[in-house]
Amino acid sequence: MWNYERRLQYPVNITRCNPQAAQIIISQYGGPDGEMGASMRYLSQRYSMKNKTVVGTLTDIGTEELAHLEIVAAIVHQLTRNLTPEEIKASGFDKYYVDHTLAIWPQAAGGIPFNACEFQSKGDTITDLYEDMAAEQKARTTYDNILRLIKDPEICDPIRYLREREIVHFQRFGESLRRVQDDLDSRNFYAFNGQIDTKNC
Amino acid sequence: MNQKQLLMYITQVSFALDDTVLFLDTHPCDKEALEYYHKVKELRENAVRRYTEEFGPLTKDTNESTCTWEWVHSPWPWE
Repeated sequence: MWNYERRLQYPVNITRCNPQAAQIIISQYGGPDGEMGASMRYLSQRYSMKNKTVVGTLTDIGTEELAHLEIVAAIVHQLTRNLTPEEIKASGFDKYYVDHTLAIWPQAAGGIPFNACEFQSKGDTITDLYEDMAAEQKARTTYDNILRLIKDPEICDPIRYLREREIVHFQRFGESLRRVQDDLDSRNFYAFNGQIDTKNC
Repeated sequence: MNQKQLLMYITQVSFALDDTVLFLDTHPCDKEALEYYHKVKELRENAVRRYTEEFGPLTKDTNESTCTWEWVHSPWPWE
């Protein structure tokens, strides 16, 4: 079970509306490399993962991704609150507004809805950990792209924090992969189905 | 510390805890990290207790008042 704590993992204090920035950043809410897919990926992979230390890492990173989902939502919310119909039309936010008003809804920047096909839960230790490491890099690249497009320091500060966390998570998944590989036959690192072919890997 | 300052302190020690937990997940035998975990865990517990007593609940099971339901009246973190 989870217990909600009434605070953001990292503070978000945006004082200037910017619907164009919101339309870009919402990709990290429900886009292909966003926080929703990240959390669902790690939390879903836990049940078939045989290595207990990897289950711990998946649980703790999957939980942190939920906190990041809330941070991204807070950024988008603060960038779009109190918009006037004129500002909505002028910024191009009207296409989102017509379906969702000023609510938060998981979609990519291009309007594509969140889809579970954006992540995998494969039931193979090596496959899943490589997927997780790739996911952290893809999310880091997306945050880098956001930082190239947006210069407002109030927005960039929490985005930089989220980017840093992708790097830490990549490191932890890399260590998890190494720990798993320590237990494997060293001649067969990359062709091993831990969950199906052995009781414990 | 006022409410905002104390919440920022909680955010800082909680993040130290979050990050240490991930490190310990992949380095479970690191004594130095485990010592640091216990240190920041205590700092966080004390700060959360103080916040709850002075400013209201951070979690739904810490509504200390028996006459008012404070959980829905405190500001939400994205406000």
